[in-house]
Amino acid sequence: MDRRDSLKSLLVGSVAGGLLVTGCAPGEKPEETAKTPELPGYGRNEKEKEHDRKVLAEVFLNEHELETVAVLCDIILPANANFGSASDAGVVEFIEFIVKDMPHHQLPIRGGIAWLDSYSNKLYNAEFKKLTEEQQKSICDQIAYPGKTAPELLPGERFFTRMRNLTLTGYFTSEMGIKDLGYKGNTPGVWDGVPADVLAEHDVDYEPEWLAKCVDQSKRTAIAEWDDEGNLIT
Amino acid sequence: MQIIESAKTYDVAIVGSGAGGGMATKILSEAGFDVAVLEAGPHFDPAKDEDRTQLRWPWESPRRGASSDRRSFGDFDAAYGGWNIEGEPFTNGQGTDFRWFRSRMLGGRTNHWGRISLRFGPLDFKRKSIDGLGDNWPIGYDDVKPYYDKVDKLIGVFGSRENLHNEPDGFFLPPPKPRLHELYYVKGARKAGIPVIPSRLSILTKRINNQRGSCFYCGQCNRACSAYADFSSGTCLIFPAQRNGGKVEILTNAMVREVTTNKEGKATGVNYINKLDRKEYHLKARVVVMAASACSTARILLNSKSSIHQNGLGNSSGLVGHYLHDSTGASRSAFIPQLMDRKIYNEDGVGGMHVYTPWWLNDKKLDFPRGYHIEVWGGMGMPGYGFGFNPNDLNKITGGTIGGYGDSLRDDVKRYYGAVLGVSGRGESVPQRDNYCEIDNNVVDEWGIPVLKFHYKWTEHEVKQAKHMQDTFEQVLEAAGGILLGSKPGADRQYGLTKPGEIIHEVGTTRMGDDKRESVTNKYNQLHDCENVFVMDAGPFVSQADKNPTWTILALAWRASDYLVEQVKQRNI
Repeated sequence: MDRRDSLKSLLVGSVAGGLLVTGCAPGEKPEETAKTPELPGYGRNEKEKEHDRKVLAEVFLNEHELETVAVLCDIILPANANFGSASDAGVVEFIEFIVKDMPHHQLPIRGGIAWLDSYSNKLYNAEFKKLTEEQQKSICDQIAYPGKTAPELLPGERFFTRMRNLTLTGYFTSEMGIKDLGYKGNTPGVWDGVPADVLAEHDVDYEPEWLAKCVDQSKRTAIAEWDDEGNLIT
Repeated sequence: MQIIESAKTYDVAIVGSGAGGGMATKILSEAGFDVAVLEAGPHFDPAKDEDRTQLRWPWESPRRGASSDRRSFGDFDAAYGGWNIEGEPFTNGQGTDFRWFRSRMLGGRTNHWGRISLRFGPLDFKRKSIDGLGDNWPIGYDDVKPYYDKVDKLIGVFGSRENLHNEPDGFFLPPPKPRLHELYYVKGARKAGIPVIPSRLSILTKRINNQRGSCFYCGQCNRACSAYADFSSGTCLIFPAQRNGGKVEILTNAMVREVTTNKEGKATGVNYINKLDRKEYHLKARVVVMAASACSTARILLNSKSSIHQNGLGNSSGLVGHYLHDSTGASRSAFIPQLMDRKIYNEDGVGGMHVYTPWWLNDKKLDFPRGYHIEVWGGMGMPGYGFGFNPNDLNKITGGTIGGYGDSLRDDVKRYYGAVLGVSGRGESVPQRDNYCEIDNNVVDEWGIPVLKFHYKWTEHEVKQAKHMQDTFEQVLEAAGGILLGSKPGADRQYGLTKPGEIIHEVGTTRMGDDKRESVTNKYNQLHDCENVFVMDAGPFVSQADKNPTWTILALAWRASDYLVEQVKQRNI
């Protein structure tokens, strides 16, 4: 499935997110679209499930808008040697969903795309997504640096800032982005203080009296007992 | 529509399943009573995979964990509902902007709270004797101490023995070691001459029994713990009460409208709407325990009018709903340059701070009464919706490009990851008779129940306290090597003072006292006007110390339950 087809699949109110993330190898038949859009469980109550179903079935951004979002996302966060681009990480699907879930994004994004196309037409007589990469970047250069934008291009700056925020948050909350960031938690473990090599790099340290109060992790599974004064004896 | 009568009469009907209702359920069922618990939301058990949000990744949520009207604190927070509940509005009087956080689910707000479990100290029960403002409690620390001790042992709280007069020590589990940003706070506090000690949270750093696990350090207590290693009312009180073989019937989706009374004025049970079939039921009970939260309890009592209780049940003083008060709050954060480009490792720790500053100026003459404690936050947390917004704003401080696009944004995000240290003050306000909630007869919720209307204004005491917080925050954050972020809120913004209700410590609506003209309950949480109705949430608080209210709700609910059992035995009820 190429990008154009996969973007189209978002438009039929299909399994937003799911289909594209799973993807399919060339030659394979596209997965069948689920009849009722449904997400895997993530601890939702009944009202929330109902809300998600409703949002998944809605369409807001059209094909052209989604294609423009995809181009912009990958200008904002392209692939590098180790990690894929924003769209590789599923950011287009994320934005497609979030504008439906958070209606306050709808007008700024729809209007922003229209502004961008209008400016592109003015400069190059073509929609933004059809410009060469060089042309696209020359427009981005005019609206990507708050504080340096010409006053008449401020609507573009506002839009670009919003797109940068959504792209980065979509990326760094994706599986790829979390790996890229290097976040190591969200897993059962035992916290036993700042690693020694890290402490050595900082001009802070544990005070011995403080450490003496802290948990001895070798006894964490021993059931707590106290003397009458409240001193822990296990 | 006919009200459907329950076939049996319960010994006790408990309205609400949060901290107070959970404790009442446990103590009263273990005393042999036949107990019915009415909860306005659905069942919830964090150990069940369909309810679980703990250890989920941001991409499991299509909105990446963002907050919504359905869950104000985000998709993975355990509290259903929040600032707004669809179909269950409330209103504010002119000039009031009260916020009311409600969570409709078994265990209520205890499923997501910060687990900060501080005892009130001796001074906290007798503030009027010190500053002449408000009122003293009719009880003192010594009355509650035995119950604090029992709560510590039953539920578990980590902390350290510090021998501070107004921060009494308890039966503590050992605290976890501070994280790196917390060591920077300790450094700053030492330099600024402000005390800092290990925090006191109801999280099990050691096992306390064989039914609950010990903490595995995911830092997600707000998501409710599948190992039951932190306190929530369902996992630590209600489920154990059920397991102990007590007669405990849980009625979920049961929205209580009113307490019913007979012609002598005694309570006979409660009327509730079953949210699933929308029909009204009458549950008969010999005793009613109100634990719906301070404001919800006030609402139900005020809606329980009868020929004997014409102003609402328990309201002959006219004080139900009055003296409503919340903690004060203010915050500030700083960028710590030494924390740039950190080595990344798992520092999730427990859910919440490992260190905090208790109030340290009880002996100082200040231009405001009462005090606050300081909470500490920061670190390399799990990204959620909003992470990566304005990725290089801190380049304003370090030099470099603002905005832009391309691979360099990755470096920006990583450079500043975990480099911010934040502090929040949580302080004691002075209860005011004119801060109150009442019934708004112009508005009903979708169950046909008249809703609450709030009237609340901060006084100069709270505003001055917030100013002191801001000055302290600057001092300690700069001493920690931080560069302050944002601008210092001034008088025009009440020094960053939070809106009333926003700290979610609302208390005082059915305050206790010895004089029935000046209080709603007696010192055992029993209505002056109706001996078989008790209030076991935070309504009976005369004053809310700078300590978070949960530990005191639990201790007082246990104490009141013991008294209730005794009164039944002596046939006084």
